[in-house]
Parts: sequence; C-alpha cells; structure tokens
Amino acid sequence: MNEALQTPTLNSAFLALSDPTRRAILARLSQGEATVMELAAPFEMTQPAVSRHLKVLAGAGLITRRAEGTKRPCRLSKSGLEAVDQWLAMLRDALSNNYDRLDHLLVTMKSEK
Amino acid sequence: MTIKTEGDRFVVVTRRFAASPEAVYRAHTEPALVQRWMLGPEGWTMPVCINEARPGGKIRYEWKMPGGGGFYLTGEYMELEPYRRIVHVERMHLPDPTPDNHVETRFVADGDGTLMTMRMTLPDAETRSRMLASGMEHGMEASYVRLDGMI
Repeated sequence: MNEALQTPTLNSAFLALSDPTRRAILARLSQGEATVMELAAPFEMTQPAVSRHLKVLAGAGLITRRAEGTKRPCRLSKSGLEAVDQWLAMLRDALSNNYDRLDHLLVTMKSEK
Repeated sequence: MTIKTEGDRFVVVTRRFAASPEAVYRAHTEPALVQRWMLGPEGWTMPVCINEARPGGKIRYEWKMPGGGGFYLTGEYMELEPYRRIVHVERMHLPDPTPDNHVETRFVADGDGTLMTMRMTLPDAETRSRMLASGMEHGMEASYVRLDGMI
C-alpha cells in the first residue's frame, strides 16, 4: 500500500482540509507557488497566522516549501493531494459496492411482487 | 453516486435508484432486505441486523469478515416519514464507540426512480476527518458511517 495512504497521514490531511482558510490557501496555491506574504494579503491575516496554517498543511503533506533566500515559497504537494484523492476514491468504491448490490436487490423486489 | 463534504461537519451522499421511493425506503428499514446489500467489501456478511423502524427504535448491525473478526454499529431512529425521510443517529463500535453521526436520508421520486440524499452531520471537524480517514475499508457502516457515516 502506498505509504501516503496510511491512516495517520490521511487523518492529518483531512484535518488540515477541514479548515476553510486552509482550503482557500490550497485553492490559491493551485494557481502556482506563493510566499507567505503573497498568501497573507488576500486573506487579511497576519503573516504569523498564515504561517501557522502553512505549518499544518506542510505537516499533513499537502504542501511543500523550498528555501529561496529568506523566503520560503509554498507549492502544492502532488503526492499528498493524490493520497487524499485515492482515499476518497476507495470510499466511493466501498459505497458503490453496497449501492450496486442494492440496485440488484431492488430489481429482485420488483419481480417478487 | 456523489459524495462530498460541506462546511466542516457535513458529508453528503447522493445516489439514484431505478425503483420507487417506497422500495428504496423499505430496503433501508426492513432487516431482511438490509442484510442483503449493506455489506461493504466482498465476503463480508451481516449475521445480526436489528432495525426497529419507529421513532426511538433501535438499530444494531453486526458485520463479520471472512477471516474472522468484525465490528458493529448501533443507533436509534428519531424520525421516520414512510417512503420519504429517515432521521437517525449511529455510531460504530471498533470496539470503542465513535462519536455520534446524525444522519438524515431523503427519498424523492425522480421520474420512474428515486433520488436518495443522505446528509451526515458529525459533532466537529476532527470527527469528520477521522471518519473520512479511518476504516472506510469496512464498507457500509463506514459506508454508512463511513457512509452512514462516512467522507
């Protein structure tokens, strides 16, 4: 199994995604790399507040940061986001299995009438 | 089927079925029918299915997996409007109980079929995160927790 699909990582990823500001930050980063200063501006937040959110996102493996002088620009982590996608796909499959069975049952119920 | 999160505490699942709201509702509330589909992964069975479809009625589903082991879910019905709407709470026992998942399921006629919308409300964002990230492999419970409860 993909290491990123392990539960502790996914827990932290979903928890990171549960905050609307962090989702907005990810949406912004989907347009490209950005620095803390660039991220703070549209959210009317202080840089330390943005930094705290970035720390959560980085800890959950959803973004990566690189050093560029004194700046540390952030970008989306493809592998982290793919792990979340894969997990949701597995969940959808589990539910789909049940509902596919229910489809068959409903056909049977009609013929049993 | 669609499954999506809303806000920080909700998970909404929608699915269309090619049968009447009455049939889909019955398949969710009659134990002999529930046992035939709410099974999760291949090979799982539901040897115990208690489903008292009345306000205050109990729910208890026990799943058994092929290699032994399993888990169960308990819940209580709050409101039932036959063939249209079900409101219940449930929690999984793994074996410690998970926080209550409040579930409202609606069945609306859609042409010659039924559109089902299941809206799950978790106590807080962290619980939802755990639900989404843990044990969905168990299938419906999760399916329903994970589905009935579960993104």
